[in-house]
Amino acid sequence: METYTLTVNGQPKQVTADPGTPLLWVLREDLKMTGTKYGCGIASCGACTVHLAGVATRSCVVPVSLVGDRPILTIEGVGQDSVGRAVQAAWVSEDVVQCGYCQSGQIMSAVALLKSTPKPTDTNIEESMGGNICRCGTYVRIRRAIKTAAQELK
Amino acid sequence: MVRSRTAMLRLFSVVVVASAAWSTALSSAAGQDTPRKSMPAPAVRDAGLAAWQQVYSVLTHPRCINCHTATNYPQQGDDRHRHLFNVVRGPQDKGVPGLNCATCHQGANAESTGVPGAHNWHLAPVSMRWQDINDQILSSAAVCKSLTDRSKNHNLAGPALLKHHEEEPLVLWAFQPGSRQDGAARSPLPLSHEEFVTATRTWVEAGTPCPLNP
Repeated sequence: METYTLTVNGQPKQVTADPGTPLLWVLREDLKMTGTKYGCGIASCGACTVHLAGVATRSCVVPVSLVGDRPILTIEGVGQDSVGRAVQAAWVSEDVVQCGYCQSGQIMSAVALLKSTPKPTDTNIEESMGGNICRCGTYVRIRRAIKTAAQELK
Repeated sequence: MVRSRTAMLRLFSVVVVASAAWSTALSSAAGQDTPRKSMPAPAVRDAGLAAWQQVYSVLTHPRCINCHTATNYPQQGDDRHRHLFNVVRGPQDKGVPGLNCATCHQGANAESTGVPGAHNWHLAPVSMRWQDINDQILSSAAVCKSLTDRSKNHNLAGPALLKHHEEEPLVLWAFQPGSRQDGAARSPLPLSHEEFVTATRTWVEAGTPCPLNP
């Protein structure tokens, strides 16, 4: 076991974990931040997406030992800035969510997209969100909400 | 008399050392290393071509081709299937926002989860593809021609290509690829990294000759 100091949503957090433990489980089990979801465990669904130094990252496959000093942003902290707040508001106004299980990952990917591409095209959205799977099939509403958020951020 | 002999020996030593240095400089300028300077030009070229075939055997291993694709997406595995999760190349060869290479691939292999990693994980540019658009591996002559075309290879001359093979983190990773998610080791390349660098050096010192025919 090793002790790590992580910066999560701007706050320093100390955890003791096996170096191979995926970040997802450190967040959920050790830090009790359960907004980030376990979906597939092999990076193929996107439910576990968080930001590592601003990069959308699949926390289920990143061992805590490889996080280093990169700041972590989770769904619990995504509303700290204007892009996150715009996406949250658009998700509500477009009534995106059905069961909701994948949505924290969807929002994290959408925020990453809008932070680097403020006016995304349909292709940008399809490519950037293509790794986030929604079993309820809310894709049309997700696309609409991203465009709504982009409009709000003008 | 003794002083005179000593002076002569010193002078002789200086001449020998200077000649050797000058000879080395000239042979380096000609792109040949010292052991090969006595070889006739056709023999040097043949040695270079043989070394190139060794280099080619590595470049066309699935592990290398998977990121030297002709497509707008990477491939995976020894069967070179399309990369899962809808990963695309992106404008900088590093994926797209929300789905970058770094979304999963970190700076080192993640042994506990089986995700390979190395510094600055990315696709090779399309100009450095080792396959055609029908997923067929390019011929030895075609890969060699691309690799030595400085308008396609980020303007790398022979020594820079050698350095790339010696030091580039993704090249180094290919020889230390870690384990898959099931714990099984990834398949080895045809050469060790040391053998690969030696073959590259021989090829570079022979003037990076390319096969004339596919």
